[in-house]
Amino acid sequence: MRFEARVEITHLPGILDPQGATIERALPALGYDNVSDVRVGKSIRLVLDADDEAAARDQVEEMCRRLLANPVIEAYEIALSELSAP
Amino acid sequence: MSARVGVVVFPGTNCELDVAWAVEQLGGSAELLWHGERALDNADAVVVPGGFAHGDYLRTGAIARFSPVMESVARFAAAGGPVVGICNGFQVLTEAGLLPGALQKNAGLAFLCETVECRVETSASVLTGLATPGAVLRLPINHFEGNYVCDAATLARLRDEDRVVVRYVRNPNGSLDDIAGVCSEGRNVVGLMPHPERASDSMLGSEGGVVLLRSLLEAAAAGAAVAS
Repeated sequence: MRFEARVEITHLPGILDPQGATIERALPALGYDNVSDVRVGKSIRLVLDADDEAAARDQVEEMCRRLLANPVIEAYEIALSELSAP
Repeated sequence: MSARVGVVVFPGTNCELDVAWAVEQLGGSAELLWHGERALDNADAVVVPGGFAHGDYLRTGAIARFSPVMESVARFAAAGGPVVGICNGFQVLTEAGLLPGALQKNAGLAFLCETVECRVETSASVLTGLATPGAVLRLPINHFEGNYVCDAATLARLRDEDRVVVRYVRNPNGSLDDIAGVCSEGRNVVGLMPHPERASDSMLGSEGGVVLLRSLLEAAAAGAAVAS
């Protein structure tokens, strides 16, 4: 089976996010005074072949822990969807 | 015999010749170690120098930690060998799990290129054995991602175990607790953002790095004497 994974990587809560903080300070200058808690992260999209969804998820989790995210400062969320057969 | 210092070179490393020059000025010998090789060429100490290893893609140091040479560096460190990561090298060592914490974007989101004052906090590390705690050294910094972070438990441990090696006198980048450099539990792995090799001659504007590099050479020579 073929899956598309979207991994969203953000700063762990409590870790200062300098980009988020800068954007949060900039938005009121444009008149948006009601915005808070801005966090900047990154999004990684990949396609993988696996026996089933659980196997795909396990592998993406492992890849996140080992390379895609730095668990010391980052959290990640994985969204999986099945792609139709090639 | 002079201490042999292996200087790791990744694609994108750009401070290897500066480190090699400084080491040789101080009486050591330097060998460049290509990242794709596993051999450390009988080095008595290893320096992971600054630059942009593997283009700093994904995160600084994230790809570099998987280079073959890093397996050998990890084994060398585990056996007590002196390992120093400077700037991007510090980032590589944290990603490799040889040092705690992480380096993220500077608090002001500015690339910093200036000479700053750093205070030596302990002489119990391979980089500060000859330095006096409390001494203030003028060292250049040159980084976008030098903002040291770690969780509260790790910070408490670093403080309790006297593992903050150097602190900024005036924090330039938002680093937690003004941390400019830390060492491993065994005190033989040190990472710091400032560049001692760029402060190793009066012609360079500061000789603040000399005591650090001399300390490393002495630690390397002591290790070589034990090994032989």
